[in-house]
Amino acid sequence: MNLKLSALEFVNEVKNGNLSAEDFVSATIERIKKIDGTLHAFLNVNKKAVEQAQLVDKKIKSGKKVGSCFGMPLSVKDNICIKHSKTTCASKMLENFIAPYDATVISKLKEQDAVFVGKVNLDEFAMGLTTEFSAYGPSKNPWNPDYVPGGSSGGSAVSVSAFECVASLGSDTGGSVRNPASFCSVVGFKPTYGLISRYGLISYANSIEQIGPITRTVKDTAFFLNILSGLDPNDNTTINSGNQDFLDGIELGIEGKKIGIIQEMIGEGIDPAVLSATNEAVSKLEGFGAKCETISIDMVKYSVASYYTITATEAGSNLARYDNLRYGYDFPVEGFEFNSYISKARTKFGPEVIRRMILGGFVPSSGHAGKYFLKALKVKSKLTKEVLEAFKKYDYLVAPTVPILPFKIGEKIDDPVALFLVDINTVLANLTGVPSISVPFSISNGLPIGIQLLAKPNDDKSLLKAAYSLESTVKLPDVPI
Amino acid sequence: MTKIGLEIHCQLTKLESKLFCPCKANYREYAPNTNICPICMGLPGTLPRLNQKAIEKATMIAMALNCSTPEKIAFFRKNYFYPDLPKNFQITQLNIYGDTSIGGSGMIIVGDKKIRITRIQLEEDPGRLIYEGSSSKNQITLVDYNRAGTPLVEIVTEPDFENPKQVREFLNILSDLLENLDVSDPSLEGAMRADANVSIEGGNKIEIKNIGSFHDLEKAVHFEITRQESLHARDILIAQETRHWDDKRKITISSRSKEEELDYRYFLEGDIPWIIIEKEIHEKLKSEMPESISSKKERYVTKYGIPDQVADVLSSDKFYSDLFDKSDTEKNAKEIANIITTDLMGLVDTKEKRQQSKLESSHLTDLADAIQSGKITRTSAKNALYEIVKSGKKLEQIISEFDLGHVSDEN
Repeated sequence: MNLKLSALEFVNEVKNGNLSAEDFVSATIERIKKIDGTLHAFLNVNKKAVEQAQLVDKKIKSGKKVGSCFGMPLSVKDNICIKHSKTTCASKMLENFIAPYDATVISKLKEQDAVFVGKVNLDEFAMGLTTEFSAYGPSKNPWNPDYVPGGSSGGSAVSVSAFECVASLGSDTGGSVRNPASFCSVVGFKPTYGLISRYGLISYANSIEQIGPITRTVKDTAFFLNILSGLDPNDNTTINSGNQDFLDGIELGIEGKKIGIIQEMIGEGIDPAVLSATNEAVSKLEGFGAKCETISIDMVKYSVASYYTITATEAGSNLARYDNLRYGYDFPVEGFEFNSYISKARTKFGPEVIRRMILGGFVPSSGHAGKYFLKALKVKSKLTKEVLEAFKKYDYLVAPTVPILPFKIGEKIDDPVALFLVDINTVLANLTGVPSISVPFSISNGLPIGIQLLAKPNDDKSLLKAAYSLESTVKLPDVPI
Repeated sequence: MTKIGLEIHCQLTKLESKLFCPCKANYREYAPNTNICPICMGLPGTLPRLNQKAIEKATMIAMALNCSTPEKIAFFRKNYFYPDLPKNFQITQLNIYGDTSIGGSGMIIVGDKKIRITRIQLEEDPGRLIYEGSSSKNQITLVDYNRAGTPLVEIVTEPDFENPKQVREFLNILSDLLENLDVSDPSLEGAMRADANVSIEGGNKIEIKNIGSFHDLEKAVHFEITRQESLHARDILIAQETRHWDDKRKITISSRSKEEELDYRYFLEGDIPWIIIEKEIHEKLKSEMPESISSKKERYVTKYGIPDQVADVLSSDKFYSDLFDKSDTEKNAKEIANIITTDLMGLVDTKEKRQQSKLESSHLTDLADAIQSGKITRTSAKNALYEIVKSGKKLEQIISEFDLGHVSDEN
């Protein structure tokens, strides 16, 4: 069984009767059983996946209308709710939380006859960029299991990269889809804020995060956007994307387009291999008739500080609900006055979550907000202004997704500030709400490098065109697992 | 000079659903924790889904209180831990980034006094805590989330009241106004709650929280003024503090909790985008607003020549003014007003009696016609009205059944 099919290939094969969903899903489950002990992408495997694929096959045979996924096996980051299944956020706090409802993205995929093979690993509550902060242990990079797969959607990227599913849903608050996509050599997309409903995504920093697909190809990303995008009455921040077909015209090329290379993202600290990959990518884009030049976005140098201040503030508020009163784990509530109860009821949060919640209690507090939180908001609005200004002149911006190569598990875990800086190239898209995609570009010493493209808000479709062009120049070796 | 300011919390009980989810806004008829859903329980992953009708109704309240109505509305998170708060933050409004609450400064005339309104904000009501158990050691706290997420309008006044009587007059006017707007039923338990701040000459401001009804609010203010005055008379400093109203003992007690020192870490609620209320929408809402009490009164006086006092009573109670306006006022307006304000009031003086009443406006038209044409006497009319309220029968039928059709004495 060839498990390396892209989503579009899978659909074609099943549609044409060359492949049954059941066979493919069974083989996928076998694959997970065989290699996930090493990679640890999955937190939970769906025992009914094969059965569900059978049902889709029956539908196809009986000539009934079949959804556009045709029983395609997908994995889902474990901070997105699937009805009647565990949703842990890779935290001990939600170890036994069973969601009583489907996230909007899940309902949409179910309608299209997708099969969820399992829930995948992440940094606890999506706070991290290596998947090492999962309360259930780190995931491993399929390109070299000694290395981190990136994060926080590490499980998603690993499962796609290692053929444990066809595609995955991740979430991106500061790079959490694009970063692991880059480290695992798959495509990762963070849409314009509001393009995809967040209903059912467990909030970390709700004002900037988005659900995004992780796929093998850029076209697969377009395929999933066709399913996932659109207004949702359950998420007041969703925008009307006008029912566009994201696949339509994706091959039309980028001739005559103007592309800005963000200088601040290829500066100090960049790995030479990443820099040369970026230069190579730029010359390939120029090869398509695009015009590339270096630009400066001054506020980038404050963006990581702004990002951590804003996300900590929102996290402090979003995670306050985990008090073990309405759901959670058994905890004796008797004999405590409420404030002392609260201080004892939340001990199962992991170290990174605690760090950010403490920060989140401090930076917006009275007497300190002016120095931290309000200043961070100011940076966010200045950065947005600068970026929108740049998009008046350029159709796309380009930079490496991550300025360094994947590193070894454990190498940076004790140095949170060093880890924070790995986010420098990705947080911009979240702080400004613009769409951004990471495209696999090259392999250096056996480790993947991804290139990031950005476009102005609501230009997601155009962005996919550029990404497709770049992707079409690349031929990468197979993942060695 | 005594200064009293109020913060009134008014539930929008007439709305179908809660502020951010499809659960019922009128939670009272449900068994505990049955009027809930993933959204109002703050389950992981849920998002608030704003009830547009709540925005409209709250804007109407703001307009009726002559408040400014900003074009851009925003919601904020007020962060604090409490068991009645499913998300451990409350979605509310605040004016830190300019006037973004549903209503800005306004005013209302009470008697001959102008009471300034500071602002009006829309927010979600928390759940309800029920304390059970005899001693403080054995006390248990039960939480009922049926109420969590009910749309609540907070009306904040300037400290413009000088005595409890003005407070009472204001509350009466406000109750009538809210009822007339058809946004709330002030008679429902817990639909109206209030905090008050009270200071006397030479003393500090004291906040009184937890006042569960308008009736108690007047009492609490009265108690607090007396308490402060007696302290002042004995030269004891009145320190700034928060006190709680004990509705069993009818006194205020010093609140040991340091609520006023809490840092709520307010920030914008990102899950609800800024709401733009354009001029046209304001105009549309204005045109859809029920006629105000004062305009009704004026109409009754000038159009029908109804005496001032009768017009006052008639206009301020929506139940009466609706009956009056729906009856045939072209012919016998004065007679109908008279029947309502002299005879009917005694028959339907409680909410239950009103709900049970079978009377319709056509009955009033018939009664007034019969009196005016001399078909029945006023005394007989009163007896007939009693029967109508009870049975809803037509006047004709009652006249023949009870043999009321005497020619009146005047004839």
